[in-house]
This record gives sequence, structure tokens and C-alpha cells, in this order.
Amino acid sequence: MALEIEVIINGQQKVLTIEPYDLLIDVLRREGYKSVKRGCSEGTCGTCTIILNGRAVKSCILLAAQAHKGSIVTVEGIGTRDQPHPLQQAFVEEGAIQCGFCIPGIILSAKALLDNNQSPTKEEVKQAMDGNLCRCTGYSGQIKAILSAAAMMRGEK
Amino acid sequence: MTQKVFEGKVVGKSVAKIDSLSLALGKPLFTDDKSFKDMVYVKMLFSPHAHAEIITIDTTEAEKVPGVLGVLTYKNASQVLHTTAGQGYPEPSVYDTRMFNKKVKFVGDSVAAVAAESIQIAEKAIQLIKVEYKVLEPIFNWDEALGNPIIIHDEEEAGYLIPVFYDSKNNHVAHIDALVGDIDQGFKDADILVEKIVRNHYAQHCPLEPHVSIAYFDENDRLVVRSATQVPYHARRIIAQVLDLPIAKVRVIKPRIGGGFGSKQEIVTDLIAASFTLQLKRPVKLEYSRREEFISARTRHPMTTRLKAGVKKDGSITAMDMRVTSNTGAYGTHGLTVLSNTGSKTLPLYHCDNIRFIGDTVYTNLPIAGAYRGYGGTQAALAMEIVMDELAIQIGMDPAEFRLKNHIKPGETSPIFKVLGEGTEGVEQTIDSCGLSDCIKQGANAIGWWSREDHKEKFNTETKKRGFGLACIMQGSSIPHIDMAAAYAKMNDDGSFNLLVGATDIGTGSDTVLAQIFAEVLNLDIESDIVVLSSDTDITPFDKGAYASSTTYLSGMAVKNLAEKIKKQLLDYAAEQMDLPVNELELVGKTVFHLKTKKSMSFAEIGTKALYTENQQQIGAVASELSKKSPPPFCAHFAEIEVDIETGKVRVLKYVAAVDCGTPINPKLVIGQTEGALVNGLGYALSEHYYFNAQGRMLNPSFGNYKIMTTTDLPEIETIIVKTYEPTGPFGAKSIGEPNISGPMPCLSNAIYDAIGIRITEPPYTPDRILKAIKDHQQVM
Repeated sequence: MALEIEVIINGQQKVLTIEPYDLLIDVLRREGYKSVKRGCSEGTCGTCTIILNGRAVKSCILLAAQAHKGSIVTVEGIGTRDQPHPLQQAFVEEGAIQCGFCIPGIILSAKALLDNNQSPTKEEVKQAMDGNLCRCTGYSGQIKAILSAAAMMRGEK
Repeated sequence: MTQKVFEGKVVGKSVAKIDSLSLALGKPLFTDDKSFKDMVYVKMLFSPHAHAEIITIDTTEAEKVPGVLGVLTYKNASQVLHTTAGQGYPEPSVYDTRMFNKKVKFVGDSVAAVAAESIQIAEKAIQLIKVEYKVLEPIFNWDEALGNPIIIHDEEEAGYLIPVFYDSKNNHVAHIDALVGDIDQGFKDADILVEKIVRNHYAQHCPLEPHVSIAYFDENDRLVVRSATQVPYHARRIIAQVLDLPIAKVRVIKPRIGGGFGSKQEIVTDLIAASFTLQLKRPVKLEYSRREEFISARTRHPMTTRLKAGVKKDGSITAMDMRVTSNTGAYGTHGLTVLSNTGSKTLPLYHCDNIRFIGDTVYTNLPIAGAYRGYGGTQAALAMEIVMDELAIQIGMDPAEFRLKNHIKPGETSPIFKVLGEGTEGVEQTIDSCGLSDCIKQGANAIGWWSREDHKEKFNTETKKRGFGLACIMQGSSIPHIDMAAAYAKMNDDGSFNLLVGATDIGTGSDTVLAQIFAEVLNLDIESDIVVLSSDTDITPFDKGAYASSTTYLSGMAVKNLAEKIKKQLLDYAAEQMDLPVNELELVGKTVFHLKTKKSMSFAEIGTKALYTENQQQIGAVASELSKKSPPPFCAHFAEIEVDIETGKVRVLKYVAAVDCGTPINPKLVIGQTEGALVNGLGYALSEHYYFNAQGRMLNPSFGNYKIMTTTDLPEIETIIVKTYEPTGPFGAKSIGEPNISGPMPCLSNAIYDAIGIRITEPPYTPDRILKAIKDHQQVM
């Protein structure tokens, strides 16, 4: 039986009709938020990471119904070509993007970190990114990019 | 010998990857990011048995489920025998595969596919297919497959298109032997002999985007396959072959790809999606789940490699005898060529006049092995670098000094280049560029190699032992005289260019690298002057695809040839327009310039005039390249590790990779390729592993249980780029994609030996294996 949920996605109020068994990832992709990727369907790879109510979560292991009355941020909502988010800019500058399939999730995990901790140490960045797999880069560039974005966001760059 | 290096205006600069901002913004760039109306979803039924005959298969109940649109089995799908290898034609892989078989040959073999209105309906219907199997005895141990009375492939018609050995009655997929010099004399001349048998294990590529294909008919009823593929042109050819279509009726589009590493050279999901589209005339999607990716897609060939080598006390190697048994799993895709690469990508690395190589590839009832970054080089390097280490230690020479003395140098050749190629004979070549000595020296300094004994003494405790390891690796760049790449470009009104390449950027950054090469010749700005489009078989020219470390070297030369053709056109056009001798003109910035008169004509002026007003023509060209050589990139890897002898845990503290890829066209992308590969290699050496039960079923097909490295597993990593100049490559470039995956496995084995005095020859170096090795060693002592 279909039900309705109210969510804010990237600042926009939406009422979505869903099935009780719908996963959040599927609903978001159906709504056109294609940056939310499916990599494992069990919450381990992190490519489906979104920010829900300020926290980075894996949307492939959440029911869409759990997002009711919630606020969702996907990577489409944090920057534009003319005004990319400092994380998006730093990832480009550091060459931290290869295939890019993991990048939306990684950027959102990093954003959730930086929103709560303006000056993370390298170790804290590593800990925060532990749930996001990347097979192309070996991570070093991404860790650098996150530290560099943090500096930008503190106004140091 | 000082080597020339190339410093360019754009080449050699870490320009931002041209697609990276779009990717960071989350644009819908991947195969499954495009929405199709009336999409049909497919789910596969895979074999639960490692070896079984299908006695009956009843799909009636499945077909009755509302929303089910079709079911494919061996009874109604194409029965064309083919290979999924995704290589050039004629393939050097055996034709032993059908879309679905009456006899299943591993847990995960394709039994049926259901197409339905939703994935849930397809999943439900799959469970209603009734299959009666006659279970057959399987073969799991590849060392026991040859001549085993159990015969895995009984198709009468299976065989190669090329004249090579194949004996399916003995499970024998490929055999290669090669001999140079006098091996017996070589062993007689040795003061010390070392022999090691190593076994490497199954592994999966784990691109974060699984295999996915969406097939549909376009407005003209031509079949279009939007595919996560490394080889769009080969995919088009194989789709046409298996589904009996004219090539002209098939279009393959490669969007952005979420990683490949060899797995997407295989034609895995295209044929089934396309078959249903032909049947249903609707868009059809087949996407593998992660579990299916582990079990049913492709893996690395596990091998048993025996290497015996002899050395004189002065450090000269007198003989190398390599025997390889390669397990290709249930189907022979890449079975021959990965085998030949084990020898051809390791044996030329060190001076030796007497070399024997004997290799056999066998079938087993285990997952299908295929192309995987490193491609045989990874497997054989484990044996080679452990044995080189041992030879050095036994004659009392430092392992780094030993390699400095013995490694191949510029101006030298190896007899192996001629006798071992890609499945057949190879191509003679002289090494024109080799920075390995500098790689070893700089890497050694970075890790603290020369002071390692003091360092170990300082940090060793009762239970924690430090160790240092070294491994040297080579690969190739392209497959000489076999693979071709082409590129096309046209000039626009404003002096900008569309650059259309067949080359397949699967996340490597090749679109960017190729744009840099094009820009270097024509003084263009990457961001504003070049629009790159890659890999659409209707639009871009042919390219073999993303494999064999070919793209920068081979496709790069095609683009350089192309840019030079266009440069000539620009000079000719401007000469005619300005009425000046063409040989006095040059490109200065984005103009054609005449120094004596200071007259010039801008690219924009040429573009506009050529299209609209004067001497009207399309400025543009097509160019291609066939490589004549396969110049190896080289790398030296160093590791500092700590072994906890109480827990068996191996912790990598620091890892240094010093690499020679000729001219690094884009240094940041070179670092990305290097570190991505070596972190994959570290995971393979330390944790990645297929656990099978007694029936041949993989027990850990998930990222939760198949451990690839995450940020918290990383050691400190340092990449050093040693610049050389490869005269046959574009602006001196060679490849860099593959070799760094092959270093960690031997490098860490050597470091473990340095730490605890035990040679571990069967990775992964998990705590249980380390503890067992320590225990076994103590019992022997």
C-alpha cells in the first residue's frame, strides 16, 4: 500500500509517494538524484551516502519511510559549476577523482565531518572516511583534498 | 647515462581531470544514470553447483508471474560459441562459452535470466524456475586438473581461432614453452641455486560500479547498448557475433565508467540485455549485484609458480627456470595470454642468458578468471622477486645492490621479448628508456634502506619485529603489431576543436591525458579549446579499448599523429591566405605566425574563414597508430613493516613506490594510478581472499567479508616519479596503469622475511597464516 512522506531534499520541500518496502536509495534515484550510487546494497561501500538530518548515512540500508519529516542533502545540492562547494573544488584541484563513482558519497561523508569539526586532523579524516570505499585512487589525494577544503572553509586558503 | 626528459607547456602539468568537476557535482554521467521509459529489468539465475548437468529446466511457473516478460535459458538463447574476453580479432582466447549452457561448470554459472516489469518481479520469478541437476564431481585443485579423468569442457566445437594448443579432454586450455640459451649449463655454472614454489590466490577487481548494460532500440530500430565496458568496439563486434546481427546494426556507447581494472574488458551483461531487447523491443537493464560481481563476473587467475634460479657469487644470474600452472576457472577467457604474460613481464627484467619458461593453463570448477590489472605479471612477480631476494641474501649481497647490478638497462634487450608475446611469439625490442636504477636508489633513500638494521634494532621489541622489503616490477605499454588506436578531430568556427577518440576512459583520466597531448602540439588550452568525446562506436573512430597498458602510449601516439596532421593543415591554410611560404610559418600561441613580417592569423580566424568564406573546407583529420614496441614502465617498491609475532598481524608502516613511466603526461594522474594500484596490491597481499566451501561456493561475496583497503588501513605512502624519455611514445611517455599492483605481494613477503626470517610464499599474509608459518618454522628448527 502506497504511503506519502514529506522530506526536504537539498532545501526543497517534497511530498513523495512510496511503497513501505522502498529503500531510500531507490526513491532518491527515481526522483532524479542520480549522484546516489548503488555499489553494494549492504551499507559497506558508501557510494550511496547522503546526509540525513546532519549525519552521513547509507541510503541503501534505510527505508525511504525512515526519512519522513527529514532533511536530506545529496551532492547535487551542495554546489554548482560556477560555485562548487570547497570540497568539490578541492577534490578537483587535488586530482582526487578518478572514476568518480565513489565521489558523491565521499564528499558527503567529508561534508558531514567538516560541518561538525572545522579542523580535523589527518587521523580524524581517515576515521570519518573509513566507511567509503574507493578502488581507484588509494585515498591519499582524497584525504589531502578534505584537509585542503577544511582550510578553505576556515578561510585560510 | 643522462636521460633526456621532456618539459612541455601542457604535457607534464597536473591539469585538472576534464571530467572531474562534473563528477564532483554528481552529474548523471554513468551507464545507469539515464532514465528510460518502459524499462525492463533482468535478474539472473546462477548455478548452485560447481559441476552439474541440467536434466530438466522448467520455467512455466516463472513465466506465469504477472509482469514477467521473458525467460532465457540454453534452450532459447543464442548458442553461438564465443569468448567473453573482449580482445581484438581473432581473439587469443578459446571459444568455449555460450550465453547459457546445458552443463554448468562453477557455482555462479549462468542458468537462466528473467526479464520483468520490475526487479522485484524478476527476483520472484527466478525463484520459481525449477531446475533438476545431475551433480557431477568437480575439480577444485588446479594442480590436479591436467589429465584428470573429470572433463570440464566437452563441447566438440570449442577451440581457438588462432593456431595454438588446446586439449579440452585433459582440461588443458593453453600450453607455452620457451627456451633461450642452455638451461642445464646455466645451472651448472651457478654457485648457488634457489627454488621456490609460490601460490597466489583468487581476487576480484571490485570496481565500485558493477557490470551494467542498458540495451534499447533507437529511432531507426538499431540496437544500442549503453555499457559499463572497457572495450566498446570489441563489445560491438561480440554482440553482433553472438546475436547474429550486422555490426552496422549495433551501437555501443560507453558513458563514464565506475572503474574496471580488467573486469570490464569482459562481455558480461551486454549479451543478455541485448537479447531481451531484440525480443521485447524495449529498453532492458541488467546490473550485477555486488554478490554476483564476486561470484559470477571475473577474477584474477590463481597460479602455482615454480621458479628455480642460479647465481654466481659475484651476483650474476646464470639460469632462470619458470614453471607456471594457471587456473582459468570454468572458462578459458584470457587463459593463454595471462599465462604468456607471466613470463614475458618478469623474465626480461634481469640479465640472464639461460632461461626456460613452461606454462600451462587449466580448467577447474571455480570462478572464471579473466583480465585483471597486472595480467600475469602480478602472479609471476611474486615468485621472481622472492627468488631474487633469496639469491642476493644467499650470496651475501644487498638485495638492492643485487637488483641494481642485474636489472635490464637502456640499450639492452632480452631474448624473452622475442620468444614470449601475447599468447604467441613476441617482438624483439631494445630498451630505450629505463629509470629503474634511479627508482631503486631514490626509493631506498626514501624508506631508509641503507640504515635499516639500526632502525630495526631501535624499534624491535620482544613481540614486534620490524622488516624492510623491496620488489622491482616491469610491465609493457600496448601489444605490439596487434592493437590499433585512432582519433579524429575537427576545427570549429572559434578555433576550438572536437577531439573524438575511440580510447576508453574508465576513470583513468585518459580523456584528459589525450587532450593534453593534442593541446601540446597545437598550443591549445585544455579547458576552453578542446571538447573530448570518447568511445561511442557510431561517432568516434576505432580503438582497441582500455587494456594492456595501451591508452597513453598507443592512443596517445594516435592523438599526437592527429594533432600534427592538423598543424600542417593550419600552416598550409594560413600560408595560402597570407600568401607566405609555409616553411616560414610557425604556431605561436593560438595563431599561425610569420616571424619576418610579424603577420599572423589566429585559429579563430582560420576556423571562421575555413567554414564560411575563404578556401572553404573542414579543417580536421583522422589518424591512427599501431605500436611497434611495448616499452616497459619500471618501478621499485619498498616497504617497512612490523610483524606482531603474538597475533600474526602484519602492519605496513611505510610504503614507497618509485616509478618510471617515461614522461609523466599528468603527474597527479600518474600518482593516482600508482597509488590506486599499489593500495589494491596491498589489499591483495594482506586481506583480499576468496574463501570457498567444500562444494566450491565462495563464502564471502560482500565488501563486509571481502576486505579491500579503506582509509584506516593505509600506511604512509610516498610516490616518487623518476622521469625518463621513451622515444617511441607521445612526448616520451610510457604506460603506468598496471605495474604498481604487482609490487606489494612480493615486497611484503620479502619484508616479512627480513622481520622474522620466514619466507611466506602463499598470500594473503593474514594473521592466521603468519602464525601458522611461525609455528611450522619453530617445529622445523
